[in-house]
Amino acid sequence: MGHRRHRFSVVMLVGSLALIAAACGKSTSTTNTTGAGGCPSGLTIGFFGALTGNNSPQLGINEANGTQLAISQFNTAHPNCHITYKAFDSQGDPAQAPQLAQNAVGDAKVVAIVGPAFSGESKVADPIFDAGGIPIITASATNPALASNGWTIFHRAVANDDAQAPAIARFVTSKLNAKKVAVVDDASAYGKGLADIVRTQLMTASVSVTSPGSIDKSHNYPSTVNAIKAAGVDAVVYGGYYQEAGPLALQLKTAGVTAAFISGDGSLDKGFVDGATVSGAEGAYLTAPAAYALTAPEDQAFVSAYTAKFSTPPALYSGEAYDATNHFLAAILAGKYTRAAINTYVSTTSYKGLLKTYSYATNGELNGTPVILVHKVVNGMIRLVGPA
Amino acid sequence: MLAAIHLTELYKQFWPSTVDGVTTGAIYALVALGYTLVYGVLRLINFAHSEVFMLGTVGSLVGAAAVGLGSRDPARTGLALIGTFLVCLVFSMAFSGGAAVILERLAYRPLRKRGASRLAALISAIGASLFLQELFAQTRIHLGPLNVKLLSRNDHFLHNLIKPSKIFTLPQGAIVSVDKVVVVVASVIMMVALDRFVGTSRLGRGIRAVAQDAETATLMGVNIDRVVSLTFLLGGLMAGAAGLLFMVKIQQTRYDVGFILGIKAFTAAVLGGIGNLRGALVGGFALGLIEIYGASVFGAQWLNVVAFVALVVVLMFRPTGLLGEALMKARA
Repeated sequence: MGHRRHRFSVVMLVGSLALIAAACGKSTSTTNTTGAGGCPSGLTIGFFGALTGNNSPQLGINEANGTQLAISQFNTAHPNCHITYKAFDSQGDPAQAPQLAQNAVGDAKVVAIVGPAFSGESKVADPIFDAGGIPIITASATNPALASNGWTIFHRAVANDDAQAPAIARFVTSKLNAKKVAVVDDASAYGKGLADIVRTQLMTASVSVTSPGSIDKSHNYPSTVNAIKAAGVDAVVYGGYYQEAGPLALQLKTAGVTAAFISGDGSLDKGFVDGATVSGAEGAYLTAPAAYALTAPEDQAFVSAYTAKFSTPPALYSGEAYDATNHFLAAILAGKYTRAAINTYVSTTSYKGLLKTYSYATNGELNGTPVILVHKVVNGMIRLVGPA
Repeated sequence: MLAAIHLTELYKQFWPSTVDGVTTGAIYALVALGYTLVYGVLRLINFAHSEVFMLGTVGSLVGAAAVGLGSRDPARTGLALIGTFLVCLVFSMAFSGGAAVILERLAYRPLRKRGASRLAALISAIGASLFLQELFAQTRIHLGPLNVKLLSRNDHFLHNLIKPSKIFTLPQGAIVSVDKVVVVVASVIMMVALDRFVGTSRLGRGIRAVAQDAETATLMGVNIDRVVSLTFLLGGLMAGAAGLLFMVKIQQTRYDVGFILGIKAFTAAVLGGIGNLRGALVGGFALGLIEIYGASVFGAQWLNVVAFVALVVVLMFRPTGLLGEALMKARA
């Protein structure tokens, strides 16, 4: 027994030493040594969002790739100023986000964050970034309430769901002429937020709305499908992400529901078609405050550089994340090396990026008129239809 | 927000709900058998059984690839379909059965041999469950010739195993399709076969003997280790079949697919009376129906609430579940 106790105390000792070392590591890493003729060495721009896991990680990967590409192009162009990329893979999970945000705040070299990608994780991580003073630009967290918390570090590079949801409602009523609509969500901050605004908007437009409830991650949705079928609706609006939208759309089609299927930017990914199959996804409408594919001639340099680096073309929000990163890099190029200085720069200086010009209001929202684009799935391909 | 109660919806969706409730319940029941078998023999709740099921779904992916069913191919018909289905079944059952036996050897037997408490085995079960999930989430296997890329955290699809063609329509437009019939019929066949095996065969008698009184069974010459292995194997085979049927119906899987389904199947086992094979069957179908009827009344987000309230209510009046846990003893 004595032997065992001895071993236990050794483990305890090693454990506490590791803790002390970690604590010291945090305090010592604040010293900045200036790199040869350029910016301080080790400056890091992070990406925060789902890169793996069961919360539709492709949306995060699109943005992480855009961020990485911007940084690597910057490093090539500015050999004297090397910027480090660091991924914070939250798995899109609000439960994991706070700890990860603390890690980012604790790492003094992290001076800016692109993300968090989702609204649910933003809700819990952004207060921590705000306290730590790290400027963030999210390229996809579209829940409107995020901008009304007084976070000075918050910036959103796309229009929020106060623009997207009414656009969906407008599209459903005027383009699809739907009189009866079922609205389903996934109970997430983003999905339920979007669905709730759509519900209110549709009711204002005197459309009959049925809400058969929120779906989970079981991918088995017979009760929702049956409720929609019994209600005999003209359109189904889903607020949530592609991993659940796919099987839902498939099971609706299989059960013989012919109503149009509409979902927001969370479902705008080829993963939706993979889950729903080509026939199940056929004719589905997917909206976003951005385009899924970049087709303009001036975007093609970005598209080919991205494709060369990641062996896949850019997808939703890759371009926005690329622009957001370049906005941060412009601040660094202007000699802003601290979190506070970069935040002030991004908040006050407008930046002409690849897709648009980014200038932020005091609450962190993008200035200018928001544009919501509608896409349609045709033969398994996501095609742009036009503004909603 | 309080639940809005729509009793008329229960009536309006009765037939479609019943068809889907029975289909889902059949899968619950098959997985529940694994929990109940192991509990009956070892008084252990094998929390890693949900991952044994997950491996069954993976097995069916490998099986489909082995017979050259590509992801873009149309579903096969006739004899080719039956052959493909059977190959997938063999792969699923081999994956799950093998995993269950290995799991018992590595995670439970060493503890049992040292006379560790049941609590230790339970912790080991939870550990094994997490280990298997993460193992398959972290490992990337590329079966080149079979053209399968497996086991990352992504979803894996098998959309074209059985085409869900309509056979006939019940009232209220409730579609009875090939896939649903296959799920229900195949699982009932599996369950009857298992019940016969445990009830009448010599090996089954061994299982029942150990379940009743392990010590006496040893004295009578029953090899406990072999019986325990066999129990895990049988539970694994059932979970493998369930994995294939899940792929027929839901058409996709992922490293964490067993989590929700495992909880449901365990609930079904307890609802029917854990340790009781026929109880697992009754519990599975009952749970599948209760939750979908409940969801039609209260809304989809109340599905799990309804299921667990039903469980609590049943246990309040029948603490040993619907059929009681003593059937194994009574019939021995």
